[in-house]
Amino acid sequence: MSNILILGATSAIAKQTTRLFAADEHNLYLVARNEEKLSSIKQDMLVRGATDVHYESLDIADDKQHEDLIQRATEAMGSIDTVLIAYGTLGDQKQCEENYKNTLDELQTNCLSVISLLTLLANQLEQQKSGTIAVISSPSGDRGRQSNYIYGTAKGALTIFLQGLRNRLAKSKVHVVTIKPGFVDTPMTRDFKKGLLWVGPEVISEGIYKAIKKKKETVYLPFFWRYIMLIIKLIPEKLFKHLSL
Amino acid sequence: MKNYQSWGCYPKVDSNKQEVYHVYPDSFSFPESDKTDADAPSFLAYAQGRSYGDVCMNQDGILLDTQHLDHFIQYDKEKGILRCEAGVTFENILQLIIPHNWFLPVTPGTKYISVGGAIANDVHGKNHHKAGTFGRYVQKLELLRSNGERLICSPSENTELFNATIGGLGLTGLINWVEFSLKKIPGNKIEQETLRFNNLNEFFKLSDDSDKDWEYTVAWIDCLANGDDLGRGLFMRGNHCESKKKYKFKSSKLSVPFNVPGFLLNKYTVNAFNNVYFKRPVKQYAKINFDPFFYPLDAIAHWNRLYGKKGFMQYQCVIPKQHRETAIHEMLSIISASGQGSFLSVLKEFGDIKSPGLLSFPRQGTTLALDFPNRGKKTLELLDNLDAITLKYNGSVYPAKDARMSPQAFAQYYPNWNEFEKYIDPHFSSDFKRRVSGK
Repeated sequence: MSNILILGATSAIAKQTTRLFAADEHNLYLVARNEEKLSSIKQDMLVRGATDVHYESLDIADDKQHEDLIQRATEAMGSIDTVLIAYGTLGDQKQCEENYKNTLDELQTNCLSVISLLTLLANQLEQQKSGTIAVISSPSGDRGRQSNYIYGTAKGALTIFLQGLRNRLAKSKVHVVTIKPGFVDTPMTRDFKKGLLWVGPEVISEGIYKAIKKKKETVYLPFFWRYIMLIIKLIPEKLFKHLSL
Repeated sequence: MKNYQSWGCYPKVDSNKQEVYHVYPDSFSFPESDKTDADAPSFLAYAQGRSYGDVCMNQDGILLDTQHLDHFIQYDKEKGILRCEAGVTFENILQLIIPHNWFLPVTPGTKYISVGGAIANDVHGKNHHKAGTFGRYVQKLELLRSNGERLICSPSENTELFNATIGGLGLTGLINWVEFSLKKIPGNKIEQETLRFNNLNEFFKLSDDSDKDWEYTVAWIDCLANGDDLGRGLFMRGNHCESKKKYKFKSSKLSVPFNVPGFLLNKYTVNAFNNVYFKRPVKQYAKINFDPFFYPLDAIAHWNRLYGKKGFMQYQCVIPKQHRETAIHEMLSIISASGQGSFLSVLKEFGDIKSPGLLSFPRQGTTLALDFPNRGKKTLELLDNLDAITLKYNGSVYPAKDARMSPQAFAQYYPNWNEFEKYIDPHFSSDFKRRVSGK
């Protein structure tokens, strides 16, 4: 049994992943904005086998709250062994292009606030000399494209931060997993037209669960995104800049 | 965009035009303005879309997608009682309860249905002769009415509304959560016997002989066989039994990725399939996992696409016991002569256990269920001819599988409709309701 902190616990992917952990009889600390949703998720996790479930509703993007949050989670469970960071927004690229304020909000939610949390968590886990940090990044951070380079910038920076963190924490036996899900059919992507490459959140959560258990470094989910992104990264910039991706 | 079709893909729905609301636990409320306006669009819950025809469709109104009502609420492992939200599927439930040797009290031939749908259609399974319908095991449910009321309904509380909701085709309001009892099993395996029968009389004899000692019975029939072979098929019966190994759930690997061109499914290919299926060597006794026993078709995702773009229609009727030989014989004769039948034809004896449901379909007698690829007018005519036989012998047809029965036929099959109408939520409706009741 270990103690797991889930940030962004009401997202479709986080909820499905937490269910897999619940069945293994762990302690859970769930954080998200919507209290009603958290309370139904708590009941659900208890039925599925979780030993103990705590939750609190909080705007995680607000980094002033982070120190207290991590303290409360540590006190409630005794320690933090695994953390999954799964919150984020898929902002409006067009609005960001028109107004830097929107870009700043996007970067704050998807990158800076995560780095704030990771700074605190990394120090705590480094001291305890054990634990796993799993963060949902995105293949969008692999190469900038006109359709969503603001989101891509945030996730790309996050990916590099995680690389560095992994390198730093390796000697303290703290493991860092970078998760890059492709197209996932969730409320966040409700308005997209769905094609062959789309999968349900339960496919991604299965992959996250395995990646954490098997101590993978970077996983693309499903696996084929690794190759799609490889091809996208290989296209020469001279040609790439004319493509509408 | 999710595709809000029914399983038979007939009648076709334009998903782009379908208005949809997503329902979340506790926080859902109906839009204010719609309550007073008599012309306001109507609501209908939609979960897995596994009903075959139009009971899960509401093209002029709004669908309430219940995919986010997917939480368990309470589970008493000792007594075997589960409370969960209405969008939870039978698959989710099996994954939770199988390790503790509990099972669904009643299950249809697919586990990809929601609990809410199971109640709205008061589903039955291979154990109907022993257990009746799913609705009999519901102890309590919460119904959200369009006026904002949340009503707890049970056999002792709001009893009339409870009875109307069991098999009520989703018309009495939105089922929010459900509490029902589970069934204890010795393990996750099934001991199964498969026996060949050469005609209908042999089927009825096998079925009557098996009713007492076998919990689950069902038969596959070759609906294109004629003459001396008419009504030949394979009879399957099973009981739960122990297993040494823990059951591992696998998601289905096979999938039909796109609609198969309609011409591939014709009387020659189907006839050939049925012939081979009937004559294949069968193991008379086998100990198998519960999954292939109850849910053989779940192994192939999107099997409905085998019927092509135009979709298919299913016909499931029940014929009272005293007429079973004559009626089923007449039906198989006209199906065989039409050459329109397909490979999924099922025959089963229902028992006399009554459901609390006011509008429930199962009643004592023989039930026959067949798929027909949609060939337009030809298929509709054949189904009307089958209805004529069902009507003549005072039988009934299953709304969950229907897309075409006439209002007259419906009125004879469901004499309780007038009583039922009192409990319909004034702002709930479906394509099926408008089709069979004219309003």
